[in-house]
Amino acid sequence: MADKVLMKGNEAIAEAALRAGCRLYFAYPITPQSELIEYMSKMMPKVGGTFVQSESEIAAINMVYGASGCGKRVMTSSSSPGISLKQEGISYISGASLPAVVVNVVRGGPGLGDIQPAQGDYYQATRGGGHGDYRNIVLAPSTVQEFADMAPLAFDLADKYRIVVLILSDGLIGQMMEPVEFQPAKTEEEIEELGKQHESWCMHPNEDEPNHHHHIINSLELDPNVLSDLVLNLEKKYIEIEKTEIRFEKYNISPDNEILCVAYGTAARITKSAIDELKKEGKSIGLIRPITLWPFPSEAIKQAINQNVKKILTLELNLGQMIDDVRLAIEGKLPVDFMGRVGGLVFSPEEVKAKIEEIL
Amino acid sequence: MEIIATRPKSLTKAQFTYCPGCTHGISHRLVAEAMDELGMRNKTMGVCPVGCSVLAYNFFDCDMAEAAHGRAPALATGMKRARPDMHVFTYQGDGDLIAIGTAEIVHAANRGEHFSVFFVNNAIYGMTGGQMAPTTLPGMKTTTSPYGRDEKDIGYPIRACELLATLEAPYYIERVSLLSPQHVIKAKKAVYKAMKFNKEERGFTFIEFVSTCPTNWGYEPMKAFEWAKENMLPFFKLGVFKDKSIEEEGK
Ligand SMILES: Cc1ncc(C[n+]2csc(CCOP(=O)(O)OP(=O)(O)O)c2C)c(N)n1
Ligand code: SF4
Ligand SMILES: [Mg+2]
Repeated sequence: MADKVLMKGNEAIAEAALRAGCRLYFAYPITPQSELIEYMSKMMPKVGGTFVQSESEIAAINMVYGASGCGKRVMTSSSSPGISLKQEGISYISGASLPAVVVNVVRGGPGLGDIQPAQGDYYQATRGGGHGDYRNIVLAPSTVQEFADMAPLAFDLADKYRIVVLILSDGLIGQMMEPVEFQPAKTEEEIEELGKQHESWCMHPNEDEPNHHHHIINSLELDPNVLSDLVLNLEKKYIEIEKTEIRFEKYNISPDNEILCVAYGTAARITKSAIDELKKEGKSIGLIRPITLWPFPSEAIKQAINQNVKKILTLELNLGQMIDDVRLAIEGKLPVDFMGRVGGLVFSPEEVKAKIEEIL
Repeated sequence: MEIIATRPKSLTKAQFTYCPGCTHGISHRLVAEAMDELGMRNKTMGVCPVGCSVLAYNFFDCDMAEAAHGRAPALATGMKRARPDMHVFTYQGDGDLIAIGTAEIVHAANRGEHFSVFFVNNAIYGMTGGQMAPTTLPGMKTTTSPYGRDEKDIGYPIRACELLATLEAPYYIERVSLLSPQHVIKAKKAVYKAMKFNKEERGFTFIEFVSTCPTNWGYEPMKAFEWAKENMLPFFKLGVFKDKSIEEEGK
């Protein structure tokens, strides 16, 4: 079990989802996530699960809605343009308080964009790309291993809070091959048990007439007073998540840090290489890598501002989106600089190093 | 005393929110009666649409989901795949099914999903106040076709049964109407047949009800029935468009 296998990120997340008890998967092909849907089409029948290549991403997310309403672990995946189409369904699933896992292997945008890695979907992911007041938990991996580990985590969080968990990867992590070690696969009995936790609310017709119930999966409420209560209840859940589910990595954080970098996913990976290089030259640069993009590790960033830090540098593969959250986190205490690349271009460790040297 | 008519068990006691004279109540009842007669209530899940029947989850006394506009067949696919041991149906209006939800219904039918679809064709968007539907007749005035539907500009009404019947997979497709007691008796048989095939896991079944919307058509209920008989039935011909049981049972 502890053997490492060399796998593409897209395949690793699929395998990890199956092991986490996902037995229903609905999706539509799109580059750079197609290895994920292909892996599912091959492996799902082998574990007795359901794979449907839907007619669109809209249909896929609504199939997720239906299956999740039955209390089952269910997943869909896509890349940026397809995730835009899923937003309607994500809003409904959120309104109906259902658990679901959605993977976005982000590519360059806007529009059809290109098929290279990018981080342009940060706003869409963290602000709720659909209509209405709701939140998704957003997990951002920076290695293939972490991508795979996020499958069981995402399902657990989704089940615990009855929330949509979005795994925000990108074309690089999806396509890259790295050694991965998987958690043990759940048994069919364990998966059955997992479904039972939802029996108090989910659709599960009961053949026993005396136990007949009338469970309704719904996001409609025409009475504004009642809807207000429902949304305020969602908020309670979000506040709880903000208290307990923040995840981040501290890299080279020390009292000597002169610059504090904030970056996630692929951008963080590259930033780490630059930090290592600078360390050899005696320069101390720290990095906070948000792992949950929502809830955002604001407090961690604030606390990492040691006395020698002169500047914050946010690095993203977009025009500057997470930088808003960084600015909110530090409440104007320090200037926030930005380094970005768009169009599916990725900065190199040397370029990051040069940027840091420039602002040091 | 003998009870000869009562509320089907598969309907809750909640009062319908439909306008007086609206046929949604009849089609609800037919579906519920079939569930009762086939003993399916405790093994069935339904999906309601966005349209006048958006609150149907309050009326059908079984587990229910409320879909986004047009997406009921996708939800039903997810539900049936998650619980293949249970029975699933959708209940959808014309705007829901053959405008915004065209892709979902065509592909669910094409996959031969094992659920039943009950399709209420009232040639109009009832809920939003009488706008043009994909089934609005040529020349028919609605709030968004105030000069009458101009088929040269916006196309002809879509015949859902005929369209779906071109696909290989669907098991049973019939168009019935609710425009007279005789029509309702025929409709009841068709609904029963669809739900029976559903129970027997035969495949995708689809019933279209030619219905009325007296409120938005601007007719009294009885006049609405007459209008529909004269205008809708010539375009939306009643009948069975597909029935694989005939070959299967060698009849
Ligand atoms: C995405 C979306 N677009 C539009 C609407 C508004 N809307 C609600 S019901 C409806 C039309 C329903 O008409 P139909 O399906 O024919 O049902 P009926 O009310 O006639 O039974 C529309 C356009 C919506 N709720 N969601
Ligand atoms: S608006 Fe039309 S379809 Fe809707 S309830 Fe009233 S009569 Fe029926
Ligand atoms: Mg209608």
